[in-house]
Amino acid sequence: MRQPKIIVVGGGLAGLMATIRVAEAGIPVDLFSIVPVKRSHSVCAQGGINAAKNQKGEGDTVDKHFDDTIYGGDFLANQPLVKRMCEAAPGIIDLLDRMGVMFNRTPEGLLDYRRFGGTLYHRTAFAGATTGQQLLYALDEQVRRHEAEGKVKKFEGATFLSAVIDGGGVCRGICAMDLRTMEVKTFTADAVIFATGGNGAIFGRSTNSVVCTGSAQAALFQQGVDYANGEFIQVHPTAIPGEDKLRLMSESARGEGGRVWVPRNPAEKRPPKSIPEAERFYFLEEWYPKYGNLVPRDIATRAIHRIVYQEKLGIDGQPAVYLDVTHIPRETLDRKLEGILEIYEKFLGVDPRVEPMKVFPAMHYTMGGIWVNGEDQASNVPGIYAAGECEYQYHGANRLGANSLVSCIFGGGIAGRAAVKYAKNLENSAESTPAAVFDGERKRQEEKNHKLINQDGSENPITIWRELGQVMTEHVTVTRINKDLEMTDGKIRALQERYKKINLSDRTKWSNQTLNFARELENMLVLARVITLGALARNESRGAHYKPDYPDRDDANWLKTTRAKWVNNDIQLTYEPVDISLIKPRPRRYDAAK
Amino acid sequence: MAETKQVIVKVKRQAGPKEAARWEEFSLKWRPSMNVIICLRDIAENPVTRDGKKTTPVTYDSNCLEEICGSCAMLINGKARMACSALVDQLEQPIRIEPMSKFPLVRDLAVDRQFMFESLKRVKAWIPIDGTYNLGEGPRVSPEVQEKGYPLSNCITCGNCLEVCPQVNEHNQFVGAAIISQVRLFNMHPTGAMNKSERIAAIIGPGGIQECANAQNCVHACPKGIPLTESIAEVNRDAWKQALLSWLVG
Ligand SMILES: Cc1cc2nc3c(=O)[nH]c(=O)nc-3n(C[C@H](O)[C@H](O)[C@H](O)COP(=O)(O)OP(=O)(O)OC[C@H]3O[C@@H](n4cnc5c(N)ncnc54)[C@H](O)[C@@H]3O)c2cc1C
Ligand code: SF4
Ligand code: FES
Repeated sequence: MRQPKIIVVGGGLAGLMATIRVAEAGIPVDLFSIVPVKRSHSVCAQGGINAAKNQKGEGDTVDKHFDDTIYGGDFLANQPLVKRMCEAAPGIIDLLDRMGVMFNRTPEGLLDYRRFGGTLYHRTAFAGATTGQQLLYALDEQVRRHEAEGKVKKFEGATFLSAVIDGGGVCRGICAMDLRTMEVKTFTADAVIFATGGNGAIFGRSTNSVVCTGSAQAALFQQGVDYANGEFIQVHPTAIPGEDKLRLMSESARGEGGRVWVPRNPAEKRPPKSIPEAERFYFLEEWYPKYGNLVPRDIATRAIHRIVYQEKLGIDGQPAVYLDVTHIPRETLDRKLEGILEIYEKFLGVDPRVEPMKVFPAMHYTMGGIWVNGEDQASNVPGIYAAGECEYQYHGANRLGANSLVSCIFGGGIAGRAAVKYAKNLENSAESTPAAVFDGERKRQEEKNHKLINQDGSENPITIWRELGQVMTEHVTVTRINKDLEMTDGKIRALQERYKKINLSDRTKWSNQTLNFARELENMLVLARVITLGALARNESRGAHYKPDYPDRDDANWLKTTRAKWVNNDIQLTYEPVDISLIKPRPRRYDAAK
Repeated sequence: MAETKQVIVKVKRQAGPKEAARWEEFSLKWRPSMNVIICLRDIAENPVTRDGKKTTPVTYDSNCLEEICGSCAMLINGKARMACSALVDQLEQPIRIEPMSKFPLVRDLAVDRQFMFESLKRVKAWIPIDGTYNLGEGPRVSPEVQEKGYPLSNCITCGNCLEVCPQVNEHNQFVGAAIISQVRLFNMHPTGAMNKSERIAAIIGPGGIQECANAQNCVHACPKGIPLTESIAEVNRDAWKQALLSWLVG
């Protein structure tokens, strides 16, 4: 019998889980990743992974997990698959446990669970403060085992450029570039699973890793793979601003009494400690006397944005506010917050016990992504599947903490199985595809590279990227105003024009990172427009999407999924209904128990 | 006059494994909390040396930028460390940046650490599960074992411990402290322990644990504070036990 072949692009949690499932079915897998898979962005996740195991006897159930997820997502997620995920979650924890994850334990040797945002239950399993790293390693080790047995072939240090799609619109493989030799090659596969993660880099700086550019998703989009709910981007209120990255600063700093403030005088030059109380603006406490510094995430985030962008009160005119824990006794800080305070100290070289921290909201998570069906992670192009943060299925308008890791593993597993089934049942295998289809795609990609390397331009790709990040962060994250969104779209199009004149300042054909970055940048610009246009069109506020001019959720007009399509070389927004067959939408309120 | 403060950075450049190496010096605008990654990005945005010569952006590896992915290891002022957590203000200038020397060079600061991933295969650094279908919970693990195992499983495969080890050199294929420590980790786990002797057998032999000459540089170079010397001692004991046993039973 013919042996099918499957490609997985991306080796974070989702990609590795998909790989394992395919390898287990006895089908060879080619696994592509820009970075060695063990270095994927999933290692950054700290908090934990959700499953309603009810290990603390609180009466937690799968249905409650399901309801929390749907409610947290402001009813934009299609419900049946989310339910399946919540049902599968306890089994996923068991599996990870069997794989040897060093989860924290109770004295009896059982898994310990902690509480996380958006729920009343101890539902989150964790491994120290590096749960994502520990889970990723467990899957990485299983994949290495399959690799040692010859079932998996890794292509690390290779980037996906485009899908190979035949005349009938069926995916037959991929076109990828080796990041050392810069050689462009095509690879045949009966099915391809994408697990390429989020798109933080479109916002310049975020809590995401460097390779989270969304480039693969954008490339697919321009080949006819639909992209859903692009406008839903989660912003975390307190991250440590850094010029290279915004590093997460956990909510627990405020939970332990941390206070957020800015100097009342925008021209303030004194160091924070010498600014008297009366000249400090504790804006969260003033604006929200009831909840103070512990208002929910999205409210805190919006308030900080208002201070910086509308009131122009950011520290030193910079986008930053103080998160102050210096009034808390050192002994308490060391006991309760040491881990996170150390991150601040390590990366800023400043002791937050002595000097107030500077924080700012940061783009954190991509709710939207590749459109997949509500069944088995298949996209609208036959042979293309997607799982993990790069698809849109599980988190609706807002993701609940610790739900991403579980959705990655669940979605990856389903995609793996579905791809196997599809590949086995395929009437005409990819092998039978005419060579010209592959050659054509390779040539198209080679020409792009050739042009970029040789052109003499005046624009620097990093400069364009920085400008993109700036305008996206300012106008397309927390507070969205239609005229600003229109302006942003104009700016992105202007950047696309400038992109045509970029100069790589490196013409080498060996390990040329600038060339690869330029390729990613072109795609980021397209995805940036999908996000911006989706936000512009959606005249309501829902989950992470907030428009002061349309402050309420509008189910009558907007309880629908945005589905962007690439038509005649441009973005077209279409909409489809949300499957709300299991839980009737109800208002989502932050100021009372639900 | 913070605006005019400069950072002087010297980068060892090498266009490829077979090309000649050279140093280039850059003068960059100082900003607060600058790290080495930011320096390299500044160079990429304006690839001009201190004496005004046009050059190319520097090739280097990075991903997480928070010292958890292990990508960005390099020699900074002669010390093997992670570039993302190397703060300019805490470094003597000019800051000298070089690639790690114990791994094959790719270009500039990027090296190939595939050897480490291959070594993980060699020692079977995994728990051999039956499959991913639902088989119920894993074995119970005492908090005590968890507290020992968790730090070991924090290894980010950065390679710093190999870089500083005198026994890692062109004359032998020593797998290095990180790998030995992984053997300890998997042998510690209740399921992993079932294949303990296999892993011990794999860590004996050419490039194995007996190459360790106890220099103890590794433990000081590890960015994750992993008790590497402890791991080496423990695996060493197990290796001797196993050798003795096989000698006794013939
Ligand atoms: C700081 C932080 C903390 C978090 N904490 C939590 C938490 O506590 N709990 C939780 O549930 N979630 C958390 N999240 C979210 C969660 O970590 C991510 O959503 C999840 O890890 C994404 O996994 P993934 O498999 O989809 O993709 P990733 O892990 O991002 O992997 C993407 C893979 O795709 C590859 N790739 C990308 N583009 C290409 C290309 N063009 N060609 C080839 N390969 C490519 C990459 O090399 C990589 O292997 C956190 C996120 C951040 C940023
Ligand atoms: S043991 Fe430490 S130094 Fe060695 S590779 Fe692991 S993290 Fe790096
Ligand atoms: S970039 Fe990940 S460790 Fe430095």
